[in-house]
Amino acid sequence: MRTLIFRTMAPYLTSLMVLFSVFVLLRGHNEPGGGFIGGLIAASAFAIYGIACGVSPVRRALYFHPMTISGFGLFIAGLSGVLSLFTAVPFMTGLWAEISVLGVTVDLSTPLVFDIGVYLVVLGSLTSIALALEEREED
Amino acid sequence: METAFSALVGIFFAVAVYLLLSKHIIRILLGAAILGNAVNLLIFTAGRLTREVPPIIPDTLPIPAEATANPLPQALVLTAIVISFSFFAFLLVLTYRAYQELGTDDTEEMRVAEPVDEEAPPMRY
Amino acid sequence: MATVEHTETDLTVAMITEPAQLVDWLVIAPVALPLILGAALLMARRRTAAQPVLAIASLAVLFAADIGLLWHVLANGPAVMTMGRWLPPFGISFVADALGATLVATAGLVSLVCGFFSINSVNFIGQRYGFYPFLLLMMAGVNGSFLTGDIFNLYVWFEVFLIASFGLIILGSGQRQIDGATKYAILNLVATTLFLIATGYLYGIFGTLNMADIARKAPELRSTAPLMTLATLYLVAFGMKAAAFPLNFWLPASYHTPRIVVAALFAGLLTKVGVYALLRTLVMLFPPERSVLSTLIIWLAIATMLVGILGALAQSDIRRMLGFVVVSGIGFMLAGLGLGDPIGIAGTVVYAVHSMLVMTALYLLAGLMRRAGGSYTLNRLTGLYRSHPLMAGATLLLVFAAAGLPPGSGLWPKVMLVQASLGAGVWWLALAILVTGLLTTLALGRVFVLAFWRMPEEKSGEAATIESQDVGRGTYLAVLVLCVPIALIGVWPEPLIGVAQQAAAGLLDPGSYVGAVFPLETTQ
Repeated sequence: MRTLIFRTMAPYLTSLMVLFSVFVLLRGHNEPGGGFIGGLIAASAFAIYGIACGVSPVRRALYFHPMTISGFGLFIAGLSGVLSLFTAVPFMTGLWAEISVLGVTVDLSTPLVFDIGVYLVVLGSLTSIALALEEREED
Repeated sequence: METAFSALVGIFFAVAVYLLLSKHIIRILLGAAILGNAVNLLIFTAGRLTREVPPIIPDTLPIPAEATANPLPQALVLTAIVISFSFFAFLLVLTYRAYQELGTDDTEEMRVAEPVDEEAPPMRY
Repeated sequence: MATVEHTETDLTVAMITEPAQLVDWLVIAPVALPLILGAALLMARRRTAAQPVLAIASLAVLFAADIGLLWHVLANGPAVMTMGRWLPPFGISFVADALGATLVATAGLVSLVCGFFSINSVNFIGQRYGFYPFLLLMMAGVNGSFLTGDIFNLYVWFEVFLIASFGLIILGSGQRQIDGATKYAILNLVATTLFLIATGYLYGIFGTLNMADIARKAPELRSTAPLMTLATLYLVAFGMKAAAFPLNFWLPASYHTPRIVVAALFAGLLTKVGVYALLRTLVMLFPPERSVLSTLIIWLAIATMLVGILGALAQSDIRRMLGFVVVSGIGFMLAGLGLGDPIGIAGTVVYAVHSMLVMTALYLLAGLMRRAGGSYTLNRLTGLYRSHPLMAGATLLLVFAAAGLPPGSGLWPKVMLVQASLGAGVWWLALAILVTGLLTTLALGRVFVLAFWRMPEEKSGEAATIESQDVGRGTYLAVLVLCVPIALIGVWPEPLIGVAQQAAAGLLDPGSYVGAVFPLETTQ
């Protein structure tokens, strides 16, 4: 698998896929897309990088352990539900805030935070499974 | 359309059960994957199959204008796909580890946890 | 960006407009707390020194919330919170009734005790693999299963605690763990898939997944729809999860492989979730179908009891023996389900609480005996009475409790079940309960006699290989803490029986459950 062409292409391919995954994540609010599919795309990006260049460069590039990323995702997804405690509405009620940034209105909401959480959970757990499988392949 | 899909679901279930009854873990895993897909297809079909009709009720009507597919089973299937996918990924890693550690994927030979020649409990005090 | 015309819509037909009371958050706290705290612990998985402290603090807060919820539910009836303000059945409801709240509180106690026990028993490697985060995530799944009022959501929580339990069972990744985990994982996957099939059919028939809504609509659909298929599918799926005969074989094949504290948690909590789901679906949603199946369930109960306890008699490894005792206990809970009268159902609920406490305590005690005596097998454990008299006292209490002898907690549910089966004229069930009690006394009494009373043999070679470790005060205390409610239930059972009767009444007549979920329609 580790041909010169693949190894040269892999970093570019990975960065493009991660970028695309973020696009899919944010697009998911009103159109097809979302946290789960975005997380899958990002996880497969890191899997490709791992196949091309080995597992340890991926772990170095991620900096945090994949399970830590996963835990952080779960944490913010859970917190996005608890925020509604302060507005006297039930758990997981969507709360919206419109913020004007440089003349563009941006809808910020707890479902968005939840979706980012899902993205990170999927990214973290699937990357850790993929890396575990690739690590076994090596030895 | 629904009839054909029902038959397909039946075939999926038959294949899945056949594979699940195998002794080899890798076949059991394939069976579990097909079983998950069979269930998803079942729920999907049960929610009716229509093409390109969004289940949106116009402002003027109390019900949708045309017959639409029920979106809820599709949401259920989406959840079930996510769960069965993560299960499958985990089981794949687990059985691969089991094959490496135990040197077999034959369930009859996987007797580390329940050894064949374990001594009987003492018969007298 | 196109601007959307906001038309004046009447939100009251789709959304809850009343503000949520703070006390309603108690319903969601047993699920949300461990989820968020478990995620936080997952992030801090490298800080192995801080993990146990944080986890035990989290479990203590969780237990306090559980007790608060139980208090609230017993005083005010079922409590409801519906996610996202959508009116049920569109929003997913969480409903805490007497049954759910009791089991959640017991599970909270069991997990807190196991958290204490694990301070000494889970080593550095185990913590790095994430024992505490998985423990909390599993509690989120278990509590979610007990509290959710939506049947598809129940499936999701089943999967949550299964995934977390997979993480716990392979902790350490020895050969034995992997062997046991493979069987556990595949069989449980098949069981939950069956559950999903049944739920798909259920939605096809009812057009709703909300349990209160199903309970409301079932009487109208009874004559036309194949509800019998649904009830049977649920019986198979949840019976497999609860390890009922003939689908019990995965439990003794896997429960002895993980660390002892993990086995204690599994034995205490996971099979009871299956029993809870059986009670919820068969008794609350499909009562006429349950009474058609009742003879079958009673025979399954008898077979489960006897197969379990006969298997236990044949084992020399204490952990494997306890796996079979867990299976035998499931038989008792199925007996009440098969009888289906208020006393029988209440007996099942009391037995479930008793079994959660006693099975966890017995597994933890096996861990103590391993530390004190250097082995798990009955062939090598000797003379513990002389060295550890306090442990002998705890063991005796737990043996009596598991066998259903006073002053243990096992007496009262068995009395209720025997009374119910004699009342229904099913004398052979009463006989099976009594025979199983006798065999349990033999199986567990043998542990006591061999491990505690038998004199150590004077063989220098043998004795040298057995090294006994320091048992540790914290772990000792954990087991003794569990013994307190067990003895208390044994001598003063009225409060628990009262709660169980309330739970049984709520299951048999779901009026208050439905009324809590749909407050507007019942008042009209």
